[in-house]
Amino acid sequence: MSNPTETESLPRQRFQERFPLLALVIERILLSLLLLVAVSMLIFGGVEALPGDFATTYLGQSATPQAVANIRAELGLDRPVVTRYFEWLAGAVQGDFGTSWASKNSVSEQVGNRLGNSLFLAGFAAVISVPLAVGLGMLSVHFRNRMPDKIINVISLAAISLPEFFIGYLLILYFAVNFGIATFPATVYEGMGFIERLKAIALPTATLVLVVLAHMMRMTRAAILSVMSSAYMETAELKGLSAFRAIVKHAAPNALAPIINVVALNLAYLVVGVVVVEVVFVYPGMGQYMVDAVTVRDMPVVQACGLIFAAVYIFLNMLADILAIIANPRLRHPR
Amino acid sequence: MPELLSVRNLKIEATSYPPGEPPKRITIVDGVSFDLQKGKVLGLIGESGAGKSTIGLSALAYGRGGAEITGGEVSLNGTNILALGKAGIRKVRGAQVCYVAQSAAAAFNPAHRLGDQVIEASVKHGLMSKDEARKRALYLFRVLGLPHPETFGDRFPHQVSGGQLQRAMTAMALCPNPELIVFDEPTTALDVTTQIDVLAAIKHAIEETDTAALYITHDLAVVAQISDDIMVLRYGKTVEYGSVQQIIEAPTQDYTRALVNVRQTARQEAPDQSQALLRVDNVSAQYSNGFKVLHGVSLHLCKGQTLAIVGESGSGKSTLARVITGLLPPSDGRITFEDKPLTPALKSRSRDELRRIQLIYQMADTAMNPRQTVRDIIGRPLTFYYGLRGAAKTARVKELLEQIEMSNGFIDRYPAELSGGQKQRVAIARALAAKPELILCDEPTSALDPLVAEGILKLLMKLQTESQLSYIFITHDIAIVRAIADSVAVMHRGRLVRFGPKSRALSPPFDDYTDLLLKSVPEMEIGWLERVLSTRRMASAGN
Repeated sequence: MSNPTETESLPRQRFQERFPLLALVIERILLSLLLLVAVSMLIFGGVEALPGDFATTYLGQSATPQAVANIRAELGLDRPVVTRYFEWLAGAVQGDFGTSWASKNSVSEQVGNRLGNSLFLAGFAAVISVPLAVGLGMLSVHFRNRMPDKIINVISLAAISLPEFFIGYLLILYFAVNFGIATFPATVYEGMGFIERLKAIALPTATLVLVVLAHMMRMTRAAILSVMSSAYMETAELKGLSAFRAIVKHAAPNALAPIINVVALNLAYLVVGVVVVEVVFVYPGMGQYMVDAVTVRDMPVVQACGLIFAAVYIFLNMLADILAIIANPRLRHPR
Repeated sequence: MPELLSVRNLKIEATSYPPGEPPKRITIVDGVSFDLQKGKVLGLIGESGAGKSTIGLSALAYGRGGAEITGGEVSLNGTNILALGKAGIRKVRGAQVCYVAQSAAAAFNPAHRLGDQVIEASVKHGLMSKDEARKRALYLFRVLGLPHPETFGDRFPHQVSGGQLQRAMTAMALCPNPELIVFDEPTTALDVTTQIDVLAAIKHAIEETDTAALYITHDLAVVAQISDDIMVLRYGKTVEYGSVQQIIEAPTQDYTRALVNVRQTARQEAPDQSQALLRVDNVSAQYSNGFKVLHGVSLHLCKGQTLAIVGESGSGKSTLARVITGLLPPSDGRITFEDKPLTPALKSRSRDELRRIQLIYQMADTAMNPRQTVRDIIGRPLTFYYGLRGAAKTARVKELLEQIEMSNGFIDRYPAELSGGQKQRVAIARALAAKPELILCDEPTSALDPLVAEGILKLLMKLQTESQLSYIFITHDIAIVRAIADSVAVMHRGRLVRFGPKSRALSPPFDDYTDLLLKSVPEMEIGWLERVLSTRRMASAGN
């Protein structure tokens, strides 16, 4: 019997069958790009829809209709929204986010500096929190339902339950004010030595670590526990393998995908959620920059920050997806 | 000859946590003793809950899921392995005693290649070098009849079939040259035509390597092919223990006799099979991705009769049921019910069309809402189709309970408080509640123990005579077909290979597939395996 669907499969379908891994990865990348474009529209549209505008805020008391109209014309605000969106998008793709209305400086240049600072802070927090969380997760699996597990759980839960600004102020109160062993505010500047930089960001880093630790640790614990109860772990035990080998060789590779996912999610949070912490510690990063821009309605800056945060978030999630796909042996080695 | 394994007065307990009650200790295995000599095979047989797996694992001093060995002795070469410490027992596991699990698919680690997993224990216990272990694995792959033995070890578990995985697991157990292997239902999850190959491969391999084995199964016909001795277990106690010959040919206990004689019934088929209730005409079906699963199937079923659809997993038998229920509308062909065309898609069928065709599933567990009582489960179709409520509904539920031979006391029980057989009975009552003309039974007994399954089949037959019900009975078990069917359809790879009244369908001349299928069904007869294998070279070794 002839079967049209089996013989005339589309090139795309054939590609998916031969390289399922590559096909999925490409699909993820395309989806992420699409998502980024959608987010850019939302950001632009959202900023457009905000009440009040730069001209009235900037002029304050002297906002005569004529003066407002002049400034609007000068900034190009009298042109249609769609035109301005595409101009902005085209610029953004080339790394040009326009000129700040307030300072008349290039947004890209400013953002470049600030982003570096933010990434430094988030990166440092990640370097500490990821191994710590995974390690604590494994430790609490090892002591499951015993005292160390419970202590780790309670402390990490308490840390995640407190808002980060509160943790921040607590740390400032004890470590900077009462004991005086840490610096506040966390000011960094160009030409500052690496060690000095680390000292300066000790408190904000600690705050961030405390906030993201619990989530990652609990996910690690749950992922390993679910793997530990599977039949192949029983096989490992009945082979007479040591507990260490069973966990490292047989449990870990299978617990990887969910752990990668939660780590990436938290890394994204570290970059994006850093806003509040930066403000608390007066740290010259993206968050602080964005908050300042919002108060004066400096739209190019707000839009640039929004888009960059979104891009980082989408990129890290995409990375998590792709790594989880690669960690799946069924996709890595198709039949 | 000294005993290799000697078990004395084994007692195994666990703590159970019944809902709403304080935890209580239950005894899983009580006072079991047996001996096993080098190179011999002991079959442990019993229903689920008989404690046979638990006893098997005690040979590795292992208690699964909270089971604890609390009394007795398990001696391996004269050493009580229960008294060994953690480190001591680790030297026994995977070296002297190995384990083959029921589901090799779950027991292999999906992240590693089969070859690495097969040699792992041998290498880690320092029994052989990596190269030696690889050579031995290759030898075992050959002995077990695995395809392309040279490269088989490079594959990942998901890349090979279930039958191959089960053989690979046997290779894994044999690799370290153990003195004893515990086989825990190694062929239960396989199709019959695959089972016979795996069974033959296991038998050949343990003879070749002179390894002793504990062979656990619920199928007496299977264990009769491979064992020297058999122990029959029930409720954690020994019912009967003797040689294969004695157990099969001269059982002394009633329970053993019931097991030996199970499914010896055969029903006379209905003489007149011309008045069709349901007619399936040249039906094809495909999944939404274009994958074709049914190719031009035509068959019919008469009122008050039973059509058995037989086939292995992937043969399309369940898909055909889905097409008839409308869950998967056919891509081609048509289905008529009482000479009127049946609406193809489930969601556009009228309430009366829905009522006339009901379903019973393989897993009664998953087909019932665990948070509803028996009253709600059976009462739902009564309200839906007949608008019954309150006292009228309760009265009808009680009537239905009586029909399925359960007392009124069950009316407020939850599914979790019922046994497997009782759950399946409730599922039957739920189907009956709609007063259907046709019930599709999708392997309703294959998850049940043989004696319980027999009870369900008898009930279905009784209901058929009482209310002129028609059944489509999907199964992979030829013995069930003999017991209940009027007509038989054999399916293979989405095609109908044979259809007709039972007497004609199950007698020669056979097509190749039906022949293979019928010959693969284990018979309660010593030497059956050898007899079949001598007439049939391992034709489907690629399975």
